[in-house]
Amino acid sequence: MALIDFANPNRFIRLVDRALPWLVVATALFCALGLYQAIVVAPDDYQQGATVKIMFIHVPAAWLGMLGWTLMSVAALGTLVWRHPLADVALKTTAPLGAAFTLMCLVTGALWGRPMWGTYWVWDARLTSVLVLFLMYLGVIALWRTVEDPSRAARAAAILTLVGAVNLPIIKFSVDWWSTLHQPASVLRLGGPTIHPALLMPLMIMAAAFTLLFVTLQLGAMRNEILRRRVRTLRLMQAANAGAS
Amino acid sequence: MNLGPHGGFIVAAYAIASVVVAGLICWIVADHRAQTKRLAELERSGMARRSARGAEPS
Repeated sequence: MALIDFANPNRFIRLVDRALPWLVVATALFCALGLYQAIVVAPDDYQQGATVKIMFIHVPAAWLGMLGWTLMSVAALGTLVWRHPLADVALKTTAPLGAAFTLMCLVTGALWGRPMWGTYWVWDARLTSVLVLFLMYLGVIALWRTVEDPSRAARAAAILTLVGAVNLPIIKFSVDWWSTLHQPASVLRLGGPTIHPALLMPLMIMAAAFTLLFVTLQLGAMRNEILRRRVRTLRLMQAANAGAS
Repeated sequence: MNLGPHGGFIVAAYAIASVVVAGLICWIVADHRAQTKRLAELERSGMARRSARGAEPS
């Protein structure tokens, strides 16, 4: 099956209907395994003690927050360049998910920062750029709700998304470019992870669980959006028929 | 399991993450039910998309 075949919403819905039960089971299994590893198996950090357990949800949430905007940027190109029928559906449905994971990252980071740094919040480059990402997600959601015509809303949201993609490298490299209270990269770095394998393994399992959760929610949200557009089309047809009779 | 002197922060972080995930799941499940119900009501009232009409056996 070619990639273009997924452009057909009917075929996409059939595919999602088949894939979702398996994805739900895989997500539940990975979440259970990840939580067991994070809460029961993972040792305390020699400096941070048990608070390192917050890392197992904070870091995957941060990755998913950034992955969400990356997916939206690809979808924005799909909307503006290739005019793929499902691209703006994906763009619209990713925004609330990305916002939720970014919010989770900000809140768990604050709860981790208070005992370790002595403060919930500091206006350093990493924290501020992630807050900007969250506000941009809210901006895209607001834009979709403000513009009534879906095709116009899709183009405007796609342009805003591509402009906002500038923030992604700023988030990633903020800890290298500026002096920040936030620690430098310790997993996704050129020299390899600096984190001990006993902590790295639960982190990777939780990252896989969060990614599966994101994919499952995204496919479900895209299916809902396609159904919502069908409802809108039928209501417009109903109104047109009522006006003609 | 001893969470140390900062156990409250750890529990709060996991609780908030659970609430966010549960909220997303509930929103998507409820939205699916709502859209499916609206679509079924419209189809019962005789409305059907052109592609759906084309797919019906003659």
